Amino acid sequence: MKNKIGREIPDEIKGIGKIKPFMGAFSTIPSCDRMSLPITFKNRDEKKIISNLKEAVKKAGIKDGMTVSFHHHLRNGDYVVAMVLDLLADLGIKNLTIAPTALFPVHKSVTKHIESGLVSSIQGSVNGPIGALSSHGAFDVPVILRSHGGRARAIEAGELKIDIAFIAAPSADQYGNLNGIEGPSACGSLGYAMTDAMCADKVIAITDHLVDYPLFPISIPQIYVDYVVQVDKIGDPKGITSGTLEITKNPLRLVIARRVAEIIEASGLLKNGFSFQAGAGGTSLAVTQFVAEKMTEMGIRGSFGSGGITGYFVKMLKENLFKSLFDVQSFDLEAVQSLKDNPNHLEMSASFYANPHNRGCVVNNLDAVILGATQIDHHFNVNVNTESDGVLLHGIGGHMDTAAGAKLTIIATPLLRGRIPIVVDKVITVTSPGETVDVLVTERGIAVNPNRKDLIDKFKEAKISLKNIQDLSKEAYDLTGIPEEPRFTEKIIGMVEYRDGTVIDVIRQVK
Amino acid sequence: MKKRLRRTALYVPGNDPSMIQNAGIFGSDAIVLDLEDAVSVNEKDAARLLVRNALKNINYGNTEVIVRINSFFTPFGKDDLEIIGRAHPDGIRVPKVETIQDIQNIEKFLDRIEAEEKFEKNSIKILPSIESALGLFNVFEIAKASQRIEVINFGAEDYTADIGAERTKEGKELFDIRTRMLLAARVAGIEVQDSVFAHVRDTEGLIRETQFIKQLGFDGKSVIHPSQILPVHQVFTPSQEEIARAKRIIFAIKEAEKKKSGVISLDGRMVDAPVVAKARRVLDYAQAAGLL
Repeated sequence: MKNKIGREIPDEIKGIGKIKPFMGAFSTIPSCDRMSLPITFKNRDEKKIISNLKEAVKKAGIKDGMTVSFHHHLRNGDYVVAMVLDLLADLGIKNLTIAPTALFPVHKSVTKHIESGLVSSIQGSVNGPIGALSSHGAFDVPVILRSHGGRARAIEAGELKIDIAFIAAPSADQYGNLNGIEGPSACGSLGYAMTDAMCADKVIAITDHLVDYPLFPISIPQIYVDYVVQVDKIGDPKGITSGTLEITKNPLRLVIARRVAEIIEASGLLKNGFSFQAGAGGTSLAVTQFVAEKMTEMGIRGSFGSGGITGYFVKMLKENLFKSLFDVQSFDLEAVQSLKDNPNHLEMSASFYANPHNRGCVVNNLDAVILGATQIDHHFNVNVNTESDGVLLHGIGGHMDTAAGAKLTIIATPLLRGRIPIVVDKVITVTSPGETVDVLVTERGIAVNPNRKDLIDKFKEAKISLKNIQDLSKEAYDLTGIPEEPRFTEKIIGMVEYRDGTVIDVIRQVK
Repeated sequence: MKKRLRRTALYVPGNDPSMIQNAGIFGSDAIVLDLEDAVSVNEKDAARLLVRNALKNINYGNTEVIVRINSFFTPFGKDDLEIIGRAHPDGIRVPKVETIQDIQNIEKFLDRIEAEEKFEKNSIKILPSIESALGLFNVFEIAKASQRIEVINFGAEDYTADIGAERTKEGKELFDIRTRMLLAARVAGIEVQDSVFAHVRDTEGLIRETQFIKQLGFDGKSVIHPSQILPVHQVFTPSQEEIARAKRIIFAIKEAEKKKSGVISLDGRMVDAPVVAKARRVLDYAQAAGLL
């Protein structure tokens, strides 16, 4: 069958079951109940501190076939995923589903556990080597790719049932209160772990910084945590937070960033109460800088900055350009410090951030978001999952959530990367549907989604010259030639779940 | 056709495909695809073909596309012009021009190529670079040597080496060449561009130097990095007051033409031809900066 945006998807996927096709970004009305958990409790004499991880997983009742989850706040410095999986492999566990909020190059060792049969499926996010492994058919059950908001939704709706959540905790007390702002492995926000903590059957906190009760402040409270295990190190600080992130020096990317800032100004959204999200890439940082300059110049005070928080957003908060920051993950040391010191810097859960099926998430109030793309097509559909060779390489992050939520969704990307055109006739995989994408900014021109006539009028008024997206892809093809399309087998290796739980696309095994 | 602005001419190494491909997107008024100093001797052939193919295949929009060839006194200059001329760049920047003869040699070449390729006559401009004492000595004649010449410029490094001056960041040693170049250009009725500012990271220094050459009367400047374009353009962007005054002058002159009155005045001052020309120039710069 074809879904609303014409992607060919099956009615049923082996190992997953019947699927609901994507019907439009805002058309699903959920009808199920929220997930529920059996009541578990601790009597007054029970201790939560367990002497080692092995003991803890046994107490948590680890079994073959379970689903275990991890968060990625320690990013490329994380030791916990490897620590846990190595242990479970030693215990002879098989057929686990892992549900990480994201994986990084540091998690390359997961591949050996896939090959050994410890890990038989992944729900959540993949990256480089693990994505490539799945693209070549390592799993019988396709990877289910979800956005941050979509993952929180799936957990709360009981579609992703987590048996044991392993939560790397930069700080913990003996009774299971956790935060991310203290300790040698401080990472700032623990936003992605919050939903797991609330909804998993069992929660094991793993810390290298145990403090006397009570820990303060509390990000994840004791009422959700079953066990606390102290280890030597949960991560390598060098891989967790970067020092000051650098604005791009690449002149081409600066051209793009400057145009994005002009677009935001011309959209009319840049006024008191403005809310904004941009990532930690060099181009996004440059946009953030340019937007901050414009806000200062115009004397504007915004409402909030959200998402992954960088030092550049922290600076805007300090300069009173935002009333507050909503922080689901802290990218650098400035962000960690600010979360600790500034009461207007707020930690938020993935659900609070982006779950479309709670009573209102942050992205619903976003004015503008800057996002990237590995490809964007004539219908403004964006691919961030697969590369031009068809291989699954990236997770979704908050892409489809912020695109759907923001009033102005801007894709900022060079027209070409090396010899590869980014603006194409048809994307290999749809991550975010074109109906949620408003403007494409490249170094060779700006294209606006024809549905946004209001924006087109505003940009014309501001004398911003526009191109249509077909002409941009033609310009790219004129320079590179039309690339050969990747070839796939019939086997589905990945399912891209839209944030509402429907299927927007599937990814097939590469030949 | 509207008169070109020549605030910035961005040098792009002729042997770097990705920079050549992207040269047009940074907003400089002109790009100079360089076959001379940027390209080592053993890459001259390859760069020449690369630039030829870029001229034929890449759409640079409204940007003026110039190629700096090697001097005819090197083994590469004639081959450069033979190959590049047939791909019809907007102009050829000729390094180390010292005499009228140097211009005439290029001109003859271009006359022949334009005839053979059935290009419009004189459609490829010549942009002489003065880089020596002799060149500067002859600059008044050089500037008038061909109809193809619309702008002259100079190379500070070679020139200071030739005259034995010390090359400083401050650039006092260039005062003489700058004023003479300017005078020569104005006598010939053409434009004049300043040499590059080599300290890429020193934006303040660049702005200071640009303000100075603008004050002298220069029309623009060669730049060696995309990050230098915006600061130079900003220096050449007129203020709101200048724009307002220029608009009033143009309005006054149009009214006067309607009424067929000869001499006109504005705010008690006479508006004559140079004032009008200057006002038009201000509006050209304002328009290029997106202020109109």
